[in-house]
Amino acid sequence: MHETIRRGAAGLAALFLSAPAWAAAKAEPAIPDPARDWDRLWNEVIFDITIIGILFAIVTAWFIWQGRRRPGNEVGASPKLSPASAVGWVVIPIFVFLSIDLYTAANGWVLWNTYRDVPDKRLEIKLESGMYSWDYTYPNGVRTQNELVVPAGMPVVLRMTSRDTLHSHYIPDFRVKEDSMPGRITYLWFNPTKPGEHIVTCAEYCGVMHGYMAGRIIVKAPEEYAAWIKGEETKLAAASAPEPAAPAASKPAKPAAKKT
Amino acid sequence: MNLKEWIFTTDHKRVGVLYLIGSIAAFAVAGIMAMLMRIELSTIGPTITANPTQYNVWLYTHGAVMILGFQIPALTGFFANYCIPLMIGAKDVAFPRVNALSVWLFYVGVILALLTFFIPDPPDVMWTGYPPYSTITTGNTAMYSFTVLILGFASIIGGVNFLTTVAYMRAPGITLNKLNIFVWCTLAAFVLQLIFVPVLGTAVSLISMDKYLGTNFFDPTKGGDVLTYQNLFWFYSHPAVYVIFLPFIGVVYEIISVHARNAVFNYKMVVYGGVGGIVLLAGEVWVHHLYVSGMADWLRIGQMVTTLLISIPVGLMMIGLIGTLYKGSIAFNTPMLYGLGVVFLFLIGGLTGIPLAVPSLTLGVSDTYYVVGHFHYVMAVAGTFAIFGGVYHWFPKMTGKMYNEFWGKLGFWLTFVGVNIVFWIMMDIGVQGMPRRYYDYAHFPQFESAHQWMTAGAAVLAVGFAIAVLNWIMGAINGKPAGDNPWNSPSLEWTTVSPPPHGNWPSPPAVAEDWHPYGYKKA
Ligand code: HEM
Ligand SMILES: [Cu+2]
Ligand SMILES: [Cu+2]
Repeated sequence: MHETIRRGAAGLAALFLSAPAWAAAKAEPAIPDPARDWDRLWNEVIFDITIIGILFAIVTAWFIWQGRRRPGNEVGASPKLSPASAVGWVVIPIFVFLSIDLYTAANGWVLWNTYRDVPDKRLEIKLESGMYSWDYTYPNGVRTQNELVVPAGMPVVLRMTSRDTLHSHYIPDFRVKEDSMPGRITYLWFNPTKPGEHIVTCAEYCGVMHGYMAGRIIVKAPEEYAAWIKGEETKLAAASAPEPAAPAASKPAKPAAKKT
Repeated sequence: MNLKEWIFTTDHKRVGVLYLIGSIAAFAVAGIMAMLMRIELSTIGPTITANPTQYNVWLYTHGAVMILGFQIPALTGFFANYCIPLMIGAKDVAFPRVNALSVWLFYVGVILALLTFFIPDPPDVMWTGYPPYSTITTGNTAMYSFTVLILGFASIIGGVNFLTTVAYMRAPGITLNKLNIFVWCTLAAFVLQLIFVPVLGTAVSLISMDKYLGTNFFDPTKGGDVLTYQNLFWFYSHPAVYVIFLPFIGVVYEIISVHARNAVFNYKMVVYGGVGGIVLLAGEVWVHHLYVSGMADWLRIGQMVTTLLISIPVGLMMIGLIGTLYKGSIAFNTPMLYGLGVVFLFLIGGLTGIPLAVPSLTLGVSDTYYVVGHFHYVMAVAGTFAIFGGVYHWFPKMTGKMYNEFWGKLGFWLTFVGVNIVFWIMMDIGVQGMPRRYYDYAHFPQFESAHQWMTAGAAVLAVGFAIAVLNWIMGAINGKPAGDNPWNSPSLEWTTVSPPPHGNWPSPPAVAEDWHPYGYKKA
């Protein structure tokens, strides 16, 4: 589907108009992978601007070389434009730029929807950022700091806030970041497709140690993850057991509401 | 030369030169900050300071002083003052004393900014000053607020002055379609300043009120909102990039037209489509600085479209510029090299901005070195090249003397090579994930050699800039006499003697019916 929208280079503006409808109609069964889509759109846009840049640069260099001052060429001879061609030089570029703009916008919007529509099947994590740590809370109440362990193949959504200054939870490998701040809850989601480790780094200036505010996303195979979270849950229960009255089972927080 | 005369001067040309001296001094200081940062970043871990705050103060000073103390004053202070009255055939500006007030306020602002180095807790809030950090840091946020307020005020009163001057003081025969492109561009920049600076003033005042007077505009625990500041700040600071862009591209139009001896291509397209279009769109795109800030989704999508539309007027201005080269008679002297350099740098900077207009793509690259590389190309370096080219271009007019071509060209090539090394690599490591405003990058060891290349490139470009400034100083002292119109330009500023006397012309210049600032004739 992404391919089709990209290939229809002819009806660029028409595509733009149909983009919202197209985005709404999309009902892909598979979990989208925003990072992979990001790479695709990024490469495409970079390819386009490289072509445009090279064209402009060649034309400019050619004019410069052709127009160098030399005997017999002591004064410029730029053509006097007729009113029609003067207008043409405004209208035609406007249409060219406009179609490039709208085409880019349509593609950008489609990708935006992928980034903002969180799949229903997902792991909800609460994130509180602070100077200078990332504090994650799992649906069952398990907490970790600067290390988020997740199962491969399960989309992860972070509901983020901050207890002090601005921070931005940036995962370069997943091509995603979003600021967190006091007083609001922001979110981002990513799709860890296979086991591995990914750096988390802070992308919003948050104070003296901003450059050191880093963490890791550890993606485990689903079975390993299940074992890990079980272990953590048991530890949590053990830690709260000594409190005489409180039974461990009542401790875990309620899973966050499903609505995005 | 009498110091008292300079201090009490109301002559627009001297006010302009005072602006130039102050802004070049500011550039030198902010440039040294850049070098210190580059040296610090050349190795992982501490290099020349073990204190991250020290780095953050350098970065704050570099950003704030480059923009508020160098580029805006050089463009809307120096060039506007020096050139606009001469280009429209006026004796002076409409309110010469207000003009003097504006330059001295500018000096107060710059001195305040430089006091950063002498107070115990200098500001470390970056040039953006985002709360909550700016309201809880031990650094001196008030200093930031006052610097911005004073420099902003200096610029606003300059704006009123120039709008009045161009409206009422044009020599007979200079109709609106015979204004230099630079004049149009600068007027547009002043219109933007007048509309938007007050918003910035509000924003920075409110953070100091929150910090020192106990108000809670940005404190959500007491009913405030963090994002409000970012909206106010960028509501000004995006238009501010056009306050820089418009005059600098205007300077480049003058340079390219004169040294290609070629009329500006499709003048009305440039003025109404390019300059006019930018003024219309300038205020509707600020959210592209807030794509990852947690803004409402509909705003991000809406301003993606407006931001992309900016490519239309900017593209028209590029077409006008490149068209002016077509069938020209191009001399490759120093000002022209800088002018042509801007065309290429701006091309890179402008095009690399297109991905940054798309919110989904910025989720990957926002707040990384990609952005730092992009805006240095498009504004910082392109603007600085335009300023340096413009100073070279009008140098014979200001001093009556000629600079040295050899050193001029050498300086140009060193800076041109240097900036491309530094800022191209920045974009590259940015895409790979290097975030901006990092004192240290211990968890990104793979970028160390890239950082070392950038530091080397920065050293090269610093030498180039230093050569240029020395070239001016030497030229002003003992350059060869240049004559009144060495470039053979019909534009009005070249019709008076060099340097022009107080009052500019012995008797007001009159222009012929078929005169045009870009009507070149065989020499
Ligand atoms: C010509 C040599 C220059 C070099 C080597 C240089 C270098 C740098 C570096 C290394 C950074 C950012 C580092 C970081 O994010 O930690 C930076 C940021 C910045 N530079 Fe430059 N720069 C130069 C010129 C300029 C100029 C002429 C301007 C004029 C507008 C400028 C404006 C800025 C701004 C606004 C920032 C961002 C500050 C912030 O993050 O708050 N720079 N520069
Ligand atoms: Cu942080
Ligand atoms: Cu941070």
